[in-house]
Amino acid sequence: MKGKAERDRLALGRLLLIGVPFAWLGLFFLLPFTIVLKLSLSEPALAQPPYLPIVEWVEEAGELYLAIRLRVQNYLTLVGDGLYLAAFASSLRIAATATVLALLVAFPIALGMARCPPRVRPFLLLAVMLPFWTSFLIRVYAWMGILKDDGLLNALLLTLGLIEEPLVILNTETAVLIGIVYSYLPFMILPIFANLEKHDPSLLEAAVDLGCRPIVAFWRITVPLARPGILAGCFLVFIPAVGEFVIPDLLGGADTLMIGRTLWLEFFTNRDWPLASAVAIAMLLLLVVPIVFFLRLQALGRLR
Amino acid sequence: MRRGPGPFDLAALTLGFAFLYLPIVILVVFSFNASKLVTVWGGFSLRWYEAVLTNEQLLDAARVSLGVAFVTATAALVLGTMAGLVLVRIQHFPGKALFTGMVVAPLVMPEVITGLSLLLLFVSLDVPRGFWTVTIAHTTFATCYVAVVVQARLLTFDRSLEEAAMDLGAPPLRTFRLVTLPLIAPSLAGGWLLAFALSLDDLVIASFTTGPGATTLPMRIYGQARLGVTPEINAVCTMLVALVTIVVLVISILQKRRLARERIGPGPAGRNP
Repeated sequence: MKGKAERDRLALGRLLLIGVPFAWLGLFFLLPFTIVLKLSLSEPALAQPPYLPIVEWVEEAGELYLAIRLRVQNYLTLVGDGLYLAAFASSLRIAATATVLALLVAFPIALGMARCPPRVRPFLLLAVMLPFWTSFLIRVYAWMGILKDDGLLNALLLTLGLIEEPLVILNTETAVLIGIVYSYLPFMILPIFANLEKHDPSLLEAAVDLGCRPIVAFWRITVPLARPGILAGCFLVFIPAVGEFVIPDLLGGADTLMIGRTLWLEFFTNRDWPLASAVAIAMLLLLVVPIVFFLRLQALGRLR
Repeated sequence: MRRGPGPFDLAALTLGFAFLYLPIVILVVFSFNASKLVTVWGGFSLRWYEAVLTNEQLLDAARVSLGVAFVTATAALVLGTMAGLVLVRIQHFPGKALFTGMVVAPLVMPEVITGLSLLLLFVSLDVPRGFWTVTIAHTTFATCYVAVVVQARLLTFDRSLEEAAMDLGAPPLRTFRLVTLPLIAPSLAGGWLLAFALSLDDLVIASFTTGPGATTLPMRIYGQARLGVTPEINAVCTMLVALVTIVVLVISILQKRRLARERIGPGPAGRNP
């Protein structure tokens, strides 16, 4: 039998184990969101910090009131001003296009990796992971030198005589797409590879033995079997790409609207903290929907 | 898939890895360029490395970044291990769903939102911003990554050794220290490194939460990169890439060795998958 003192110690240990990370995440993750929500409903001001409180004691005709002022205008601006809707729409469009492109680039690579002998695969896997460990900022920066007007790509194409005038790629949406595909490619390759690696090759052999053409066998067997990996990869690319800031800022032009960058500019350049907060809340809602959808799909996949 | 790679697969792999590595290789090569132009080769030179090593601003930023990353990785290791243990080992407690949500959500949260929300917290609490606010911000999201790594390890953990220790009368904390900890140590090392790398790499969250005197290396690189490509930044980036590559390669070689050793014969801590 365990003594009472020992049981108490156990309970205390358990409480600490749960309590410490719980308190940390509550204080530094959950609480800040309530502040963002509060701020998204307050009024900007030329002050330090640049917003007014939403709850105030007010004296009016000798009587004391607790006044709560919620400024809905921040949200109305989001809907009313075409700029924000356009930024949301173009973030979704750019992220979706980049996801499809990343899938097209990643699938052949993942398939090639899965067809390599098992003893080679860990090295290929490491080779895919290594750029992911290398700084994200550095990888985006590397493309600036390649894509600019007098950059390496143009120099190469000019020397080969393929073009007469340098192409303008840097500071356009094309550069942003290249940047997203490049930066997030490992996230697309890994889940697809993990899926393809587990496939039973006898299925394909059986199909081919029965007279199925390889391309048809690929389309009707390999692709459907890899579907969970494809879905996971698409979401791992799409979700961070929507809120991306560094890539559109360094590779995109002034006219490349993306919502993460809009929030940044609203905050740092315009110093409109309440509006930036409203953008953050809208962004969250925009992202929560696809994430919940994804988790549902995953849960369904697990049931099957 | 047993059938070997065909010509199409080899082409896909070659082109794919060329795409992944060429930009970094080009960046590294041009950091050794004597010419100031980033596209014209003017002979081999180390002058940009000299320029970096005498650039006080960059060195300062590197010191700040390494300090933040070190404290972050260590704090996130402790908090993340605790969170991972809670996720796997404690089945029910009030608020478990909320707890799980708070561990997973930061992983998919856009950085601009995390950064903005933490800054607003520090402003409303009237905390002076600088080294420690960046470290707290980094620790928060790094904790979640470590928690996921530890959770994954604990899910494939053979508990019979722990049970044996407990049956022999070892109290829980002692069991953890003598049995659990050595077994999950490689994952913890991986988690620490991941946290370190994430902190060293972060631009957005640091930009929001930093204050005067605590400019991190990514913030400096970003500030200069916005003005254009220069060989000096190429040199800084090359040093960072070299550091990360060496560390990751050493770790993976060590892990391969360990796995190979375990396959030959189970040592004192060898039986776990």
